[in-house]
Amino acid sequence: MVLKIVKYNAGNIQSVLFALERIGVEAEVTDDVEELQTADKVIFPGVGEASTAMEYLKARKLDQVIKELKQPVLGVCLGMQLMCAYSEENDTTCLGIFEEQVLRFESNGSQLKVPQMGWNTIYDLKSPLMKNVREDSYCYFVHSYYASLGEHTIATTDYTKPFSAALNKGNFYGVQFHTEKSADVGEQILKNFIEIQPKP
Amino acid sequence: MKELINDSARLSGSPLRGRGGLTKRIIPCLDIKDGRTVKGVNFENIRDAGDPVELGALYAQQGADELVFLDITATVEKRKTLSQLVNRIAHKINIPFTVGGGIGSVEDVSVLLQNGADKISVNTAAFKNPLLLNQLSKEFGSQCVVLAIDTKQEEDGEWYVYLNGGRTKTEAKCFDWAKEAVDRGAGEILLTSMNNDGTKKGFALDITRTLSTNLPVPVIASGGGGTMEHFTDVFEQGKADAALAASIFHFKEIAIPGLKGYLRDKGIVVRL
Repeated sequence: MVLKIVKYNAGNIQSVLFALERIGVEAEVTDDVEELQTADKVIFPGVGEASTAMEYLKARKLDQVIKELKQPVLGVCLGMQLMCAYSEENDTTCLGIFEEQVLRFESNGSQLKVPQMGWNTIYDLKSPLMKNVREDSYCYFVHSYYASLGEHTIATTDYTKPFSAALNKGNFYGVQFHTEKSADVGEQILKNFIEIQPKP
Repeated sequence: MKELINDSARLSGSPLRGRGGLTKRIIPCLDIKDGRTVKGVNFENIRDAGDPVELGALYAQQGADELVFLDITATVEKRKTLSQLVNRIAHKINIPFTVGGGIGSVEDVSVLLQNGADKISVNTAAFKNPLLLNQLSKEFGSQCVVLAIDTKQEEDGEWYVYLNGGRTKTEAKCFDWAKEAVDRGAGEILLTSMNNDGTKKGFALDITRTLSTNLPVPVIASGGGGTMEHFTDVFEQGKADAALAASIFHFKEIAIPGLKGYLRDKGIVVRL
Protein backbone atom coordinates (compact mmCIF):
# COMPACT_ATOMS: atom_id res chain seq x y z
CA MET A 1 0.00 0.00 0.00
CA VAL A 2 1.31 3.44 -0.94
CA LEU A 3 0.32 6.12 1.54
CA LYS A 4 1.09 9.76 0.76
CA ILE A 5 0.78 12.78 3.00
CA VAL A 6 -0.03 16.10 1.34
CA LYS A 7 2.89 18.47 1.80
CA TYR A 8 1.84 22.07 2.34
CA ASN A 9 2.51 25.00 4.63
CA ALA A 10 0.86 23.53 7.69
CA GLY A 11 2.21 22.04 10.87
CA ASN A 12 1.92 18.55 12.39
CA ILE A 13 3.06 16.61 9.31
CA GLN A 14 5.99 15.24 11.30
CA SER A 15 3.69 14.14 14.12
CA VAL A 16 1.45 12.30 11.65
CA LEU A 17 4.49 10.53 10.19
CA PHE A 18 5.68 9.46 13.64
CA ALA A 19 2.20 8.19 14.55
CA LEU A 20 2.04 6.11 11.37
CA GLU A 21 5.49 4.75 12.16
CA ARG A 22 4.24 3.67 15.60
CA ILE A 23 1.50 1.58 13.98
CA GLY A 24 3.97 0.18 11.47
CA VAL A 25 2.87 2.11 8.38
CA GLU A 26 5.25 3.81 6.00
CA ALA A 27 4.26 7.07 4.36
CA GLU A 28 5.83 9.75 2.22
CA VAL A 29 5.25 13.48 2.25
CA THR A 30 4.77 15.00 -1.19
CA ASP A 31 3.15 17.85 -3.11
CA ASP A 32 3.70 16.12 -6.44
CA VAL A 33 0.38 15.89 -8.26
CA GLU A 34 1.01 12.55 -9.91
CA GLU A 35 2.30 10.94 -6.72
CA LEU A 36 -0.85 12.03 -4.89
CA GLN A 37 -3.13 10.86 -7.70
CA THR A 38 -1.53 7.41 -7.90
CA ALA A 39 -1.28 6.77 -4.14
CA ASP A 40 -3.52 4.11 -2.59
CA LYS A 41 -4.41 6.44 0.24
CA VAL A 42 -3.82 10.10 1.06
CA ILE A 43 -3.65 11.92 4.39
CA PHE A 44 -4.29 15.67 4.36
CA PRO A 45 -2.97 16.95 7.71
CA GLY A 46 -2.85 20.46 9.02
CA VAL A 47 -2.34 22.89 11.82
CA GLY A 48 -2.51 26.52 10.85
CA GLU A 49 -4.68 29.20 9.34
CA ALA A 50 -7.30 28.49 6.67
CA SER A 51 -6.84 31.31 4.15
CA THR A 52 -3.04 31.00 4.02
CA ALA A 53 -3.33 27.25 3.58
CA MET A 54 -5.92 27.59 0.78
CA GLU A 55 -3.76 30.14 -1.05
CA TYR A 56 -0.83 27.77 -0.88
CA LEU A 57 -2.90 24.88 -2.20
CA LYS A 58 -4.37 26.96 -5.03
CA ALA A 59 -0.96 28.27 -6.09
CA ARG A 60 0.11 24.66 -6.64
CA LYS A 61 -3.26 23.56 -8.04
CA LEU A 62 -3.47 21.09 -5.18
CA ASP A 63 -6.99 22.32 -4.39
CA GLN A 64 -8.34 20.79 -7.58
CA VAL A 65 -6.17 17.68 -7.20
CA ILE A 66 -7.39 16.91 -3.68
CA LYS A 67 -11.06 17.40 -4.62
CA GLU A 68 -10.75 14.94 -7.47
CA LEU A 69 -8.95 12.16 -5.61
CA LYS A 70 -10.77 8.81 -5.90
CA GLN A 71 -8.89 6.85 -3.25
CA PRO A 72 -9.59 7.11 0.51
CA VAL A 73 -8.49 10.53 1.81
CA LEU A 74 -8.25 11.49 5.49
CA GLY A 75 -8.19 15.16 6.47
CA VAL A 76 -6.94 15.91 9.98
CA CYS A 77 -7.84 19.09 11.93
CA LEU A 78 -7.28 22.01 9.53
CA GLY A 79 -7.18 19.43 6.73
CA MET A 80 -10.75 18.44 7.58
CA GLN A 81 -11.86 22.06 7.84
CA LEU A 82 -10.38 22.84 4.41
CA MET A 83 -12.41 19.96 2.97
CA CYS A 84 -15.61 21.75 4.04
CA ALA A 85 -17.43 24.38 1.97
CA TYR A 86 -16.45 27.51 3.80
CA SER A 87 -14.54 28.69 6.87
CA GLU A 88 -15.25 31.79 8.91
CA GLU A 89 -11.50 31.96 9.52
CA ASN A 90 -10.61 34.98 7.37
CA ASP A 91 -13.74 34.42 5.26
CA THR A 92 -12.25 31.55 3.30
CA THR A 93 -13.89 29.53 0.55
CA CYS A 94 -12.63 25.98 1.01
CA LEU A 95 -12.60 22.82 -1.10
CA GLY A 96 -16.31 22.08 -0.80
CA ILE A 97 -16.00 18.31 -0.49
CA PHE A 98 -18.27 18.39 2.56
CA GLU A 99 -21.16 20.86 2.52
CA GLU A 100 -20.67 21.61 6.22
CA GLN A 101 -19.65 25.13 7.27
CA VAL A 102 -16.70 25.92 9.55
CA LEU A 103 -17.61 28.44 12.24
CA ARG A 104 -15.76 30.07 15.10
CA PHE A 105 -16.45 29.15 18.72
CA GLU A 106 -17.83 32.29 20.26
CA SER A 107 -15.88 33.05 23.41
CA ASN A 108 -18.07 34.24 26.23
CA GLY A 109 -15.27 35.49 28.44
CA SER A 110 -13.57 32.96 30.65
CA GLN A 111 -16.59 30.64 30.61
CA LEU A 112 -15.63 29.32 27.19
CA LYS A 113 -11.98 29.32 26.36
CA VAL A 114 -11.03 29.47 22.71
CA PRO A 115 -9.30 27.44 21.36
CA GLN A 116 -10.82 24.31 22.78
CA MET A 117 -7.63 22.64 23.95
CA GLY A 118 -7.54 19.18 25.43
CA TRP A 119 -9.41 15.89 25.64
CA ASN A 120 -13.11 15.58 24.88
CA THR A 121 -15.43 12.71 23.99
CA ILE A 122 -16.70 11.63 20.58
CA TYR A 123 -20.16 10.00 20.28
CA ASP A 124 -22.80 8.89 17.76
CA LEU A 125 -20.02 7.06 15.94
CA LYS A 126 -20.67 5.81 12.40
CA SER A 127 -18.60 4.57 9.46
CA PRO A 128 -15.76 2.04 9.24
CA LEU A 129 -13.40 4.83 10.33
CA MET A 130 -14.82 4.42 13.85
CA LYS A 131 -14.60 0.62 13.95
CA ASN A 132 -13.65 -0.72 17.38
CA VAL A 133 -13.83 2.78 18.86
CA ARG A 134 -16.09 2.94 21.90
CA GLU A 135 -18.81 5.57 22.19
CA ASP A 136 -17.59 8.46 24.36
CA SER A 137 -13.92 7.73 23.71
CA TYR A 138 -11.57 10.60 24.46
CA CYS A 139 -9.69 12.38 21.69
CA TYR A 140 -7.32 15.34 21.73
CA PHE A 141 -8.59 18.61 20.25
CA VAL A 142 -6.93 21.96 19.59
CA HIS A 143 -9.12 24.28 17.54
CA SER A 144 -10.89 27.63 17.48
CA TYR A 145 -13.18 26.76 14.56
CA TYR A 146 -15.53 23.82 14.18
CA ALA A 147 -17.53 22.15 11.43
CA SER A 148 -21.28 22.28 12.03
CA LEU A 149 -23.32 19.09 12.24
CA GLY A 150 -24.63 17.81 8.94
CA GLU A 151 -25.56 14.76 6.95
CA HIS A 152 -21.89 13.73 6.68
CA THR A 153 -21.22 13.81 10.43
CA ILE A 154 -19.86 10.44 11.63
CA ALA A 155 -18.81 11.52 15.13
CA THR A 156 -20.07 14.31 17.37
CA THR A 157 -18.40 16.27 20.16
CA ASP A 158 -19.82 18.92 22.48
CA TYR A 159 -18.08 22.19 23.27
CA THR A 160 -21.03 24.30 24.44
CA LYS A 161 -22.75 23.00 21.31
CA PRO A 162 -22.51 19.76 19.39
CA PHE A 163 -20.26 19.87 16.33
CA SER A 164 -18.77 17.46 13.78
CA ALA A 165 -15.79 15.66 15.31
CA ALA A 166 -15.55 13.59 12.10
CA LEU A 167 -17.07 13.65 8.62
CA ASN A 168 -17.36 11.17 5.78
CA LYS A 169 -18.62 11.50 2.24
CA GLY A 170 -17.76 8.76 -0.24
CA ASN A 171 -13.98 8.29 -0.26
CA PHE A 172 -13.37 11.43 1.84
CA TYR A 173 -12.95 11.28 5.62
CA GLY A 174 -12.12 14.08 8.03
CA VAL A 175 -11.40 14.27 11.75
CA GLN A 176 -11.28 17.46 13.80
CA PHE A 177 -9.24 15.93 16.62
CA HIS A 178 -5.60 14.97 16.33
CA THR A 179 -5.52 11.24 15.64
CA GLU A 180 -1.74 11.40 15.88
CA LYS A 181 -1.97 12.68 19.48
CA SER A 182 -5.05 10.86 20.75
CA ALA A 183 -3.26 7.93 22.38
CA ASP A 184 -4.74 4.46 21.69
CA VAL A 185 -8.02 5.82 20.29
CA GLY A 186 -6.19 7.90 17.70
CA GLU A 187 -4.04 4.94 16.71
CA GLN A 188 -7.15 2.78 16.26
CA ILE A 189 -8.70 5.39 13.96
CA LEU A 190 -5.50 5.65 11.91
CA LYS A 191 -5.44 1.85 11.63
CA ASN A 192 -9.08 1.87 10.54
CA PHE A 193 -8.28 4.38 7.82
CA ILE A 194 -5.40 2.23 6.62
CA GLU A 195 -7.76 -0.76 6.42
CA ILE A 196 -10.50 1.00 4.47
CA GLN A 197 -10.70 -0.62 1.04
CA PRO A 198 -10.94 1.69 -1.96
CA LYS A 199 -14.19 1.34 -3.85
CA PRO A 200 -13.56 -0.57 -7.09
CA MET B 1 -20.66 33.91 1.47
CA LYS B 2 -20.31 34.90 5.08
CA GLU B 3 -23.85 36.24 5.28
CA LEU B 4 -25.18 32.85 4.22
CA ILE B 5 -24.31 31.48 7.63
CA ASN B 6 -27.41 32.12 9.60
CA ASP B 7 -28.47 31.25 13.07
CA SER B 8 -29.92 27.93 12.05
CA ALA B 9 -26.44 26.77 11.00
CA ARG B 10 -25.06 27.81 14.35
CA LEU B 11 -27.85 26.21 16.30
CA SER B 12 -28.27 23.11 14.20
CA GLY B 13 -28.34 19.64 15.62
CA SER B 14 -29.18 17.94 18.85
CA PRO B 15 -28.87 19.17 22.39
CA LEU B 16 -25.62 18.33 24.16
CA ARG B 17 -25.32 14.62 24.69
CA GLY B 18 -21.59 14.05 25.11
CA ARG B 19 -20.57 12.81 28.52
CA GLY B 20 -18.71 15.43 30.45
CA GLY B 21 -17.15 17.60 27.78
CA LEU B 22 -13.62 18.96 27.82
CA THR B 23 -11.62 17.36 30.63
CA LYS B 24 -9.28 18.81 33.20
CA ARG B 25 -5.74 17.73 32.33
CA ILE B 26 -3.07 16.08 34.45
CA ILE B 27 0.42 16.93 33.21
CA PRO B 28 3.61 15.37 34.54
CA CYS B 29 6.57 17.67 34.07
CA LEU B 30 9.96 16.24 33.28
CA ASP B 31 12.76 18.66 34.06
CA ILE B 32 15.74 17.82 31.90
CA LYS B 33 19.43 18.25 32.44
CA ASP B 34 22.01 16.54 30.27
CA GLY B 35 19.30 14.35 28.75
CA ARG B 36 18.04 13.08 32.12
CA THR B 37 15.03 14.11 34.17
CA VAL B 38 15.64 15.94 37.39
CA LYS B 39 13.49 17.83 39.87
CA GLY B 40 14.75 20.43 42.29
CA VAL B 41 13.02 21.44 45.45
CA ASN B 42 12.46 25.19 45.12
CA PHE B 43 14.65 24.88 42.02
CA GLU B 44 17.61 23.65 44.12
CA ASN B 45 18.86 20.22 45.30
CA ILE B 46 18.48 18.43 42.02
CA ARG B 47 17.83 14.70 42.11
CA ASP B 48 17.84 12.24 39.22
CA ALA B 49 14.56 10.64 38.19
CA GLY B 50 15.39 8.72 35.05
CA ASP B 51 15.36 8.71 31.28
CA PRO B 52 12.91 11.28 29.87
CA VAL B 53 11.74 9.21 26.90
CA GLU B 54 11.03 6.08 28.93
CA LEU B 55 9.48 8.00 31.78
CA GLY B 56 7.35 10.04 29.36
CA ALA B 57 6.11 6.90 27.61
CA LEU B 58 5.26 5.35 30.98
CA TYR B 59 3.21 8.40 31.98
CA ALA B 60 1.43 8.40 28.63
CA GLN B 61 0.53 4.75 29.14
CA GLN B 62 -0.72 5.49 32.66
CA GLY B 63 -3.11 8.13 31.38
CA ALA B 64 -1.21 11.41 31.54
CA ASP B 65 -3.04 13.91 29.32
CA GLU B 66 0.03 15.77 28.16
CA LEU B 67 3.70 16.00 29.05
CA VAL B 68 5.96 18.98 29.59
CA PHE B 69 9.72 18.71 29.11
CA LEU B 70 11.65 21.64 30.53
CA ASP B 71 15.36 22.02 29.98
CA ILE B 72 15.88 23.72 33.32
CA THR B 73 19.52 24.60 32.80
CA ALA B 74 19.11 25.92 29.29
CA THR B 75 18.56 29.59 30.01
CA VAL B 76 21.35 29.89 32.50
CA GLU B 77 23.95 28.02 30.54
CA LYS B 78 22.76 29.45 27.22
CA ARG B 79 22.24 25.99 25.85
CA LYS B 80 19.56 25.05 23.37
CA THR B 81 17.17 22.26 24.26
CA LEU B 82 18.38 19.26 22.39
CA SER B 83 16.26 18.80 19.31
CA GLN B 84 17.49 15.22 19.15
CA LEU B 85 15.83 14.43 22.46
CA VAL B 86 12.60 16.01 21.22
CA ASN B 87 12.79 13.84 18.13
CA ARG B 88 13.20 10.69 20.25
CA ILE B 89 10.26 11.71 22.43
CA ALA B 90 8.05 12.43 19.40
CA HIS B 91 8.77 9.02 17.91
CA LYS B 92 7.71 7.25 21.05
CA ILE B 93 4.89 9.22 22.65
CA ASN B 94 1.27 9.29 21.41
CA ILE B 95 -0.01 12.23 23.47
CA PRO B 96 0.80 15.95 23.10
CA PHE B 97 3.93 17.37 24.66
CA THR B 98 5.40 20.80 25.29
CA VAL B 99 9.09 21.64 25.26
CA GLY B 100 10.60 24.58 27.12
CA GLY B 101 13.84 25.95 28.41
CA GLY B 102 16.07 28.58 26.84
CA ILE B 103 13.86 29.11 23.80
CA GLY B 104 14.57 32.57 22.46
CA SER B 105 13.85 32.81 18.76
CA VAL B 106 11.54 31.83 15.95
CA GLU B 107 14.33 29.61 14.65
CA ASP B 108 14.61 27.73 17.98
CA VAL B 109 10.88 27.05 17.87
CA SER B 110 10.89 26.01 14.24
CA VAL B 111 13.54 23.37 14.93
CA LEU B 112 11.64 21.96 17.93
CA LEU B 113 8.31 21.83 16.10
CA GLN B 114 9.92 20.19 13.09
CA ASN B 115 11.29 17.55 15.41
CA GLY B 116 7.79 16.76 16.63
CA ALA B 117 7.07 19.01 19.62
CA ASP B 118 3.38 20.00 19.76
CA LYS B 119 3.87 23.17 21.76
CA ILE B 120 6.80 25.18 23.04
CA SER B 121 6.97 27.23 26.20
CA VAL B 122 8.79 30.52 26.51
CA ASN B 123 9.61 32.37 29.69
CA THR B 124 12.53 34.77 30.22
CA ALA B 125 13.14 35.46 26.53
CA ALA B 126 9.50 36.45 25.99
CA PHE B 127 9.56 38.78 28.98
CA LYS B 128 12.70 40.49 27.71
CA ASN B 129 11.40 40.62 24.15
CA PRO B 130 7.59 40.47 24.18
CA LEU B 131 7.49 40.80 20.38
CA LEU B 132 8.67 37.19 20.33
CA LEU B 133 5.15 36.16 21.32
CA ASN B 134 3.64 38.05 18.40
CA GLN B 135 6.15 36.49 16.02
CA LEU B 136 5.66 32.96 17.31
CA SER B 137 1.88 33.09 17.25
CA LYS B 138 1.87 34.56 13.76
CA GLU B 139 4.35 32.03 12.43
CA PHE B 140 3.11 28.85 14.17
CA GLY B 141 -0.28 29.71 15.67
CA SER B 142 -1.22 30.56 19.26
CA GLN B 143 -2.14 26.94 19.95
CA CYS B 144 1.52 25.97 20.22
CA VAL B 145 2.74 29.01 22.17
CA VAL B 146 2.76 28.45 25.94
CA LEU B 147 3.89 31.30 28.16
CA ALA B 148 5.57 30.02 31.32
CA ILE B 149 5.57 32.40 34.28
CA ASP B 150 7.48 31.86 37.51
CA THR B 151 5.78 34.03 40.08
CA LYS B 152 6.23 34.81 43.76
CA GLN B 153 3.96 36.55 46.21
CA GLU B 154 5.93 39.17 48.13
CA GLU B 155 5.18 40.67 51.53
CA ASP B 156 3.10 43.41 49.90
CA GLY B 157 0.69 40.66 48.81
CA GLU B 158 1.39 41.13 45.11
CA TRP B 159 2.51 38.37 42.77
CA TYR B 160 5.67 39.36 40.85
CA VAL B 161 7.25 37.85 37.76
CA TYR B 162 10.63 36.18 38.23
CA LEU B 163 13.05 35.30 35.45
CA ASN B 164 15.97 32.93 34.86
CA GLY B 165 14.45 29.95 36.64
CA GLY B 166 13.33 32.05 39.59
CA ARG B 167 16.65 33.75 40.24
CA THR B 168 15.87 37.26 38.98
CA LYS B 169 13.05 39.38 40.38
CA THR B 170 11.23 41.87 38.20
CA GLU B 171 8.83 44.67 39.09
CA ALA B 172 6.19 43.27 36.74
CA LYS B 173 3.03 41.89 38.27
CA CYS B 174 2.03 38.40 37.25
CA PHE B 175 -1.47 39.19 36.02
CA ASP B 176 -0.37 42.21 33.99
CA TRP B 177 2.31 40.23 32.22
CA ALA B 178 0.00 37.27 31.60
CA LYS B 179 -2.62 39.55 30.09
CA GLU B 180 -0.13 41.29 27.84
CA ALA B 181 1.25 37.94 26.73
CA VAL B 182 -2.20 36.64 25.82
CA ASP B 183 -2.93 39.84 23.89
CA ARG B 184 0.31 39.25 21.99
CA GLY B 185 -0.64 35.69 21.09
CA ALA B 186 0.24 33.28 23.91
CA GLY B 187 -2.29 30.44 23.71
CA GLU B 188 -1.82 28.95 27.16
CA ILE B 189 -0.26 29.98 30.48
CA LEU B 190 1.92 27.68 32.57
CA LEU B 191 1.86 29.33 35.98
CA THR B 192 4.39 28.25 38.61
CA SER B 193 4.12 29.65 42.10
CA MET B 194 7.58 29.81 43.64
CA ASN B 195 6.03 30.13 47.10
CA ASN B 196 4.36 26.75 46.65
CA ASP B 197 6.80 24.90 44.41
CA GLY B 198 8.43 21.98 46.20
CA THR B 199 6.40 22.43 49.38
CA LYS B 200 3.75 19.77 48.64
CA LYS B 201 1.33 21.95 50.59
CA GLY B 202 -1.00 22.66 47.70
CA PHE B 203 -1.17 24.87 44.62
CA ALA B 204 -1.45 28.68 44.73
CA LEU B 205 -5.21 28.86 44.34
CA ASP B 206 -5.77 32.61 44.33
CA ILE B 207 -3.39 33.66 41.58
CA THR B 208 -4.36 30.61 39.51
CA ARG B 209 -8.02 31.57 39.77
CA THR B 210 -7.27 35.22 38.97
CA LEU B 211 -5.57 34.26 35.74
CA SER B 212 -7.91 31.48 34.76
CA THR B 213 -11.13 33.43 35.27
CA ASN B 214 -9.87 36.63 33.66
CA LEU B 215 -8.01 35.33 30.63
CA PRO B 216 -9.53 33.58 27.60
CA VAL B 217 -6.79 30.92 27.42
CA PRO B 218 -6.20 27.73 29.42
CA VAL B 219 -4.12 27.99 32.60
CA ILE B 220 -1.87 25.16 33.79
CA ALA B 221 -1.25 25.39 37.54
CA SER B 222 2.16 24.31 38.75
CA GLY B 223 3.92 24.14 42.08
CA GLY B 224 2.84 22.65 45.37
CA GLY B 225 0.76 19.62 44.44
CA GLY B 226 1.39 17.04 47.17
CA THR B 227 -1.88 15.21 47.75
CA MET B 228 -4.83 14.20 45.60
CA GLU B 229 -6.96 16.74 47.43
CA HIS B 230 -4.65 19.50 46.23
CA PHE B 231 -5.61 18.63 42.66
CA THR B 232 -9.33 18.80 43.49
CA ASP B 233 -8.71 22.20 45.06
CA VAL B 234 -6.82 23.61 42.11
CA PHE B 235 -9.52 22.54 39.66
CA GLU B 236 -12.52 23.51 41.78
CA GLN B 237 -11.26 26.56 43.68
CA GLY B 238 -8.33 27.57 41.46
CA LYS B 239 -10.38 27.06 38.27
CA ALA B 240 -7.27 25.66 36.59
CA ASP B 241 -7.67 23.94 33.22
CA ALA B 242 -4.75 21.65 33.91
CA ALA B 243 -2.44 20.79 36.80
CA LEU B 244 1.23 20.04 36.49
CA ALA B 245 3.47 18.19 38.90
CA ALA B 246 6.81 16.44 38.84
CA SER B 247 8.37 14.77 41.84
CA ILE B 248 5.17 13.31 43.27
CA PHE B 249 4.83 11.38 40.02
CA HIS B 250 8.53 10.60 39.57
CA PHE B 251 8.87 9.19 43.06
CA LYS B 252 5.54 7.34 42.85
CA GLU B 253 3.98 9.22 45.74
CA ILE B 254 0.88 9.63 43.59
CA ALA B 255 0.05 7.37 40.64
CA ILE B 256 -1.84 8.95 37.75
CA PRO B 257 -4.59 6.28 37.44
CA GLY B 258 -5.32 6.55 41.16
CA LEU B 259 -5.35 10.34 40.99
CA LYS B 260 -7.75 10.37 38.06
CA GLY B 261 -10.09 7.88 39.72
CA TYR B 262 -10.08 10.07 42.83
CA LEU B 263 -10.87 13.20 40.80
CA ARG B 264 -13.68 11.46 38.94
CA ASP B 265 -15.22 10.39 42.24
CA LYS B 266 -15.08 14.05 43.30
CA GLY B 267 -17.12 15.00 40.23
CA ILE B 268 -14.25 16.43 38.19
CA VAL B 269 -14.26 15.52 34.49
CA VAL B 270 -11.10 13.60 33.64
CA ARG B 271 -10.07 11.20 30.90
CA LEU B 272 -10.04 7.63 32.16
